[in-house]
Amino acid sequence: MLQINQVSKLFNPGTPDEKIALVGIQLHLKPADFVTVIGSNGAGKSTLMNIISGVMRPDTGTLHIEGAAVGSLPEFKRSQWIGRVFQDPMAGTAPNMTIEENLAMAFYRGKVRGFGLGVNAAKRRMFKEQVARLGIGLENRFGAKVGTLSGGERQALSLLMSTFTSPKILLLDEHTAALDPARAELITQITQDIVREMKLTTLMVTHNMEQAIRLGNRLIMMDKGRIILDIDETRKKDLTVERLLGEFEQISGKKLADDRIVLG
Amino acid sequence: MLNAIMKSVELGLLFALMALGVYITFRILDFPDLTVDGSFTTGGAIAAVMIAGGYSPWLATICAFLGGLVAGVCTGLLHTKGKINGLLSGILMMIALYSINLRIMGKKPNIAILNMDTIFTGANLLVVMIVVVVVVKLLLDLFLRTNLGLALRATGDNERMIRSFGANTGTTKIIGLSLSNGLVALSGAFIVQQSGFGDVTMGVGMIVVGLASVIIGEAIFGAKTVFRATLAVILGSVVYRIVIALALRVEWLDASDVKLITALIVIIALVVPAARRSAKQKSQAHKRTAELLSGTGPKGGVS
Repeated sequence: MLQINQVSKLFNPGTPDEKIALVGIQLHLKPADFVTVIGSNGAGKSTLMNIISGVMRPDTGTLHIEGAAVGSLPEFKRSQWIGRVFQDPMAGTAPNMTIEENLAMAFYRGKVRGFGLGVNAAKRRMFKEQVARLGIGLENRFGAKVGTLSGGERQALSLLMSTFTSPKILLLDEHTAALDPARAELITQITQDIVREMKLTTLMVTHNMEQAIRLGNRLIMMDKGRIILDIDETRKKDLTVERLLGEFEQISGKKLADDRIVLG
Repeated sequence: MLNAIMKSVELGLLFALMALGVYITFRILDFPDLTVDGSFTTGGAIAAVMIAGGYSPWLATICAFLGGLVAGVCTGLLHTKGKINGLLSGILMMIALYSINLRIMGKKPNIAILNMDTIFTGANLLVVMIVVVVVVKLLLDLFLRTNLGLALRATGDNERMIRSFGANTGTTKIIGLSLSNGLVALSGAFIVQQSGFGDVTMGVGMIVVGLASVIIGEAIFGAKTVFRATLAVILGSVVYRIVIALALRVEWLDASDVKLITALIVIIALVVPAARRSAKQKSQAHKRTAELLSGTGPKGGVS
């Protein structure tokens, strides 16, 4: 489904601030894989997300989605295959537009935006059904501007918006990190349901070790721009936080340093 | 007095299309576009030259609109393809248009069309303008509810988000700037036909007049929905003309002070609401802190 071959990225090459963000990243995702990504500060997790979604271009290496080379496509063209939820609850929705208008924009992912009405009666009914699945009562506030929703509600809406056109790849960039524990758990639950139901190929960056172990069928750990650990489904089943930390120390020769890490 | 107010309403409607153009860039796209000063004259120049040349006034008006569309596309290309800062793109186009407008006018600084047929000949100016403004407003409202219109609004509201849903925000910006300047030029064409002459300096300060209309309109009539906002902008344009007319009745003010008065209106309209908001927020914070300390009132929530 997603094939990343020998992707590298340098920031500020040739200056005193040169920083290696990714080196020779090799990652293949099978359809319906749900991969969690953990790693220390500056490991390159966000850069990897930005490279896949097209916000940044790799310096070397290739990217394929379902066999199609997408490495040189700009973000807006790539987004027909890729759904993305950002860490910042403000980032995934347009605050001064209504819930239904936001959904209408998401509904047109990858299609030509012409002069058809964004929201009509049939679409409104369909959007309402979708929103009702979130189970947080947003379907009763359809005409409300998204800016009036709480962070958790906005994140749930973002999640629905980025998935309901069945993208080939779903990128979750620490999408529960900015929420309080109860809401984070709710969003995690919704994420799990949606990914399972729609069989989405998913890559999720998280700072929560327990979450990284509990969710998905594969776990990768990154450090200094490399993938240093790749744990498959069978090994992941009996993984614990302690063993994961131990593995990290063994491979990288240091303790996992992340000021935001949550052990679970 | 009544006569003066009628005159202000007429002028307000003539300039309302320009204000709607400014609303598209300034409010919807969040792009302060200074092309307006140039494209207003472009519209006026095209209309004046064509009408003086004996063309149908309606054809001249449509060509003026097209001229504005092209000017907006140029600004959009400078900004999106040339990666030039938005403000600077507008200023560059404004300056470039000054020369272009003179060329359009055959290097004459003004063209009189006093004795020519215009779209207002034999018609009631007020009625014509009400019809035109209402039609343009409703079409604009409709456009902003289409898929393309939604993408345009999202470009100004959350550009990163709409790009992640596959909209080319460069294109939506160009479309918005184009439409905006088209409306501005259309307004210029109407003004030329109402006043009977086109002048190369007629656009000077237009952006501030447009801003004044948008801000006054939103402050008085609100902008909760697109329908309300565009209506507010039109009414704002009318109110602005009435304010200016009233100001000019003050003995020690005269016509040359209009631009200063306009600037002052915009400054007041920008400063006062911001100051009021922060004062309100402060008092709200004080009140809630007191409540939380004394344990009364609703519990604080995290979300």
